[in-house]
Amino acid sequence: MSPLVQGIITVIIGVGGCVGYFFLSNLILDKVIFPARGDNPGININRANLVRPWLFLFPAMAALGLYLVYPVVGSFWRSLYNRSGDEFIGFGNYTTMFSDDGFQTALFNNFLWVLVVPASATFFGLLVAQLTDRLKWGNIAKSLIFMPMAISFVGASLIWKFVYANNADIGLINAIRDFFGASEPLDVLQLRFWNNFFLMFILVWIQTGFAMVILSAALRGIPEETIEAAIIDGANPFQVFFKIKVPQIMGTIVVVWTTITILVLKVFDIVYTMTGGNFGTEILPSYMMSYMFRDDGRATAVAFVIMIIVLPVMVWNIRQARAEMR
Amino acid sequence: MENIAGTKSSLSWVVNISVILLVVIWLIPTVGLLVSSFRDRDQISASGWWLSPFAVEQNFQAKIPAADVRQDGDFFVIEGNIFSGGEGEVIRFGGARSNPTANAAGETAELTRDRSLTLQANGDFVYRSPREIKRDPSVYYSTATPPEFSMDNYETIMFSNNMDIAFINTLTVTIPATIIPILIAAFAAYALAWMDFAGRGLLIAMVVGLLVVPLQLALVPLLQFHNKIGIGQSFLGIWMAHTGFGLPLAIYLLRNYMVGLPRDIIESAKVDGATDFQVFTKIVLPLSFPALASFAIFQFLWTWNDLLVAKVFLPSNSESWVMTVKIADDLLGSRGGDWGILAAAAFISIAVPLIVFFTMQRYLVRGLLAGSVK
Repeated sequence: MSPLVQGIITVIIGVGGCVGYFFLSNLILDKVIFPARGDNPGININRANLVRPWLFLFPAMAALGLYLVYPVVGSFWRSLYNRSGDEFIGFGNYTTMFSDDGFQTALFNNFLWVLVVPASATFFGLLVAQLTDRLKWGNIAKSLIFMPMAISFVGASLIWKFVYANNADIGLINAIRDFFGASEPLDVLQLRFWNNFFLMFILVWIQTGFAMVILSAALRGIPEETIEAAIIDGANPFQVFFKIKVPQIMGTIVVVWTTITILVLKVFDIVYTMTGGNFGTEILPSYMMSYMFRDDGRATAVAFVIMIIVLPVMVWNIRQARAEMR
Repeated sequence: MENIAGTKSSLSWVVNISVILLVVIWLIPTVGLLVSSFRDRDQISASGWWLSPFAVEQNFQAKIPAADVRQDGDFFVIEGNIFSGGEGEVIRFGGARSNPTANAAGETAELTRDRSLTLQANGDFVYRSPREIKRDPSVYYSTATPPEFSMDNYETIMFSNNMDIAFINTLTVTIPATIIPILIAAFAAYALAWMDFAGRGLLIAMVVGLLVVPLQLALVPLLQFHNKIGIGQSFLGIWMAHTGFGLPLAIYLLRNYMVGLPRDIIESAKVDGATDFQVFTKIVLPLSFPALASFAIFQFLWTWNDLLVAKVFLPSNSESWVMTVKIADDLLGSRGGDWGILAAAAFISIAVPLIVFFTMQRYLVRGLLAGSVK
C-alpha cells in the first residue's frame, strides 16, 4: 500500500476517531451516566459539567504527557545509564561528556550562537521594521525579507552553500574576492572559528523576518501622541526612535529575543548540512545527533544539558503567562 | 503622520536606498539558487550565475579526421573546418590537453615533433606534420556559447534520482501531521478558554512551559517507546510524534484566540439551551477559523521543513526518505559537486512552502503575533 494512501486513510480514521470520541463521550455523559432526568436532574447536570472539561482535554493532555512531559523524565533517566542501557552509571555520562573536547567545543560554539544570532536577528528585524514603516512599498520589502521563514533549514543551507562555495565561478564570496584580486579561492567553511559566523548568518537570514513582523506590529501599536509630542518638542528622527519608540516596545523586543534564543538551541540542521560538525563548528544539537543511534546514554545527557539551558526561559515564560491571566 | 512637521525629513532617500540594499542582500542567495537550477551543468562550472545572461566561454575538444590527409612537399597536411559546416566562433585554441587555450584564434601553434596547427576564428584549420598521420589528432578550442536554460536538472532529479518518491513521502508525512493536532487542540483550547474547572490555570501554565521544551529530549525515550509498542520507525510513528510536538503551540494559539471571542454570544447560546459541545462546534469553531488557519500553516511549514524528526522517527531506508533527508543525507554526498542538480532539488523542496507562504501570508503573520508570549 502506498504511504500516501495510508496517510489519507489515517487522516480519515484520525479525524473520524477524534470527532467520534468527542461526540460519543459527550453523549454518554449526558444520556447515560448523568442523565438530566430522574430524581435530581439539576445535580446531574452539574456533575456532568464537572466532568466535561476533562473529556475535552483528555486527548490533548494524554498526547502532551506522553510526547513532551514523559520524555523529560525518560531522557534524564536514560542518561544515567550506559551506552547499551543495561547498567546504571549515575552521572557517568555527564562527567565523561564534560571532559570531552568535542562537547566543550560544542558548548562554546552554542554559547556564541546564543550570543550572536538572537541579537543580530532582532537588530536587523527592528531595523527593517522601522525603515519600512512609512515606505510606500514597505509591504513588498517586508514580504521579501520575511520569505526565508518558509524555507527549510536544509534548503536555506543549500542556498548558502552556493554563496560560500569554494569556487569563484559559483560562490559569490569568492567571486567578490576574485574581483578584488585574490588569487586562490577560499573555503570560508573551513576557516576555524570564523566559519561559525558564516553558519550563524544563515539562521539570522531566516529569523530576521520573524523579528521584523512582530516588531513592526509593535511599532504600529505605539500611541501616536507620544511620537507627536516628541516631534513638537524638537526631537530628531533618531531621538524619536531610540528614546520614544524603543523603550515602549522593549517588552516585545525581549519576547522576540528569547523566542529566537530557544530556537537557536534546537536547530541542528544548518550545521549538519553545511559542515557535518567538522572544522570546529559543532553545536550542542548537532553534537547530540552524532551520538543518536550510537550511544543513547550520551545523547540523552546532551539533550538534558540543552533542557537545563532552556529552563530559565521556560520559567520566565510561565510567570509572564500567569501574570497576564491575572 | 506624513504631513507633521519634522517627520518628512531628508532622510527619506537614505531610507529607500537602505531598504533596497537589505532586500537585495536578502534575496540574492535565493535568486542565485533559482537561476542555477535552470542552467546547464557545464555552464555552471564555467561562469557564475550572475553572468548567466551572457555567453559563456566553454572549452571543447574535436578530432581532426586523418583520412582527409594530403601530401604537400615534405609535409602531410589536413585542412578543413572544425565546425564541419556549422556556425561558431573560436576564441582560443591549443593542440595539447595540458594547455587547451594556449593560442588565440588565427595564430599558428607550434606543437611537439615539428607539427603545427593553425585555427581561424571561423573554424578553418590547417594541420601540418612532417611524418605520416595515423590517428586522428585532437584539437582543443574554446568558443562563446550562448546562455542555455532548460528544465534538464529538474527532469534528472525528479525522474532518475527518486526525488519524486521523496516528494510524495514529504506530502504523506505532512498532511496527517497537520490536520490531526488541530482537531485535538481545538477541543482542549475551548475547555481551557471557556469552561470552568479546578486546575485550569495550572494547565495553561503547563502548556506555556511545554512550548519551549527542546525536541531533542523526546527523541530517545519516544523511539524506545515506539519500538516497544510495535510501531517502530514508521509513518504512523512520525504522525504521532508531530502531533505531540505541535500540540502546545496549537493549544496556546487557539486558546488565546478563543478567549477573545465575545462572551455575549457564547452565554446567550447557553441560555438558549445549547450544550458545550454545540457551542463549540456551532459557534466557537467557525469563529476561530483565522486562528485555525494560522496554526495549520505553521504546522504545515514546520512538518514539511523538518529534518530532525524525520531522521529519527522514519525508517532510514531510501524508500521512506523525505525531501530534507534526501538532500542532506544523500544528494549532498553523492551529488556534492553537481550544483545544478542540487539547486533543482532544493527548489523542488522549497517550492510548496513558498507558494503556501505567499498565498497565506496574512494568516501566518496573524499567527506569529498571537503566538509569541506577550
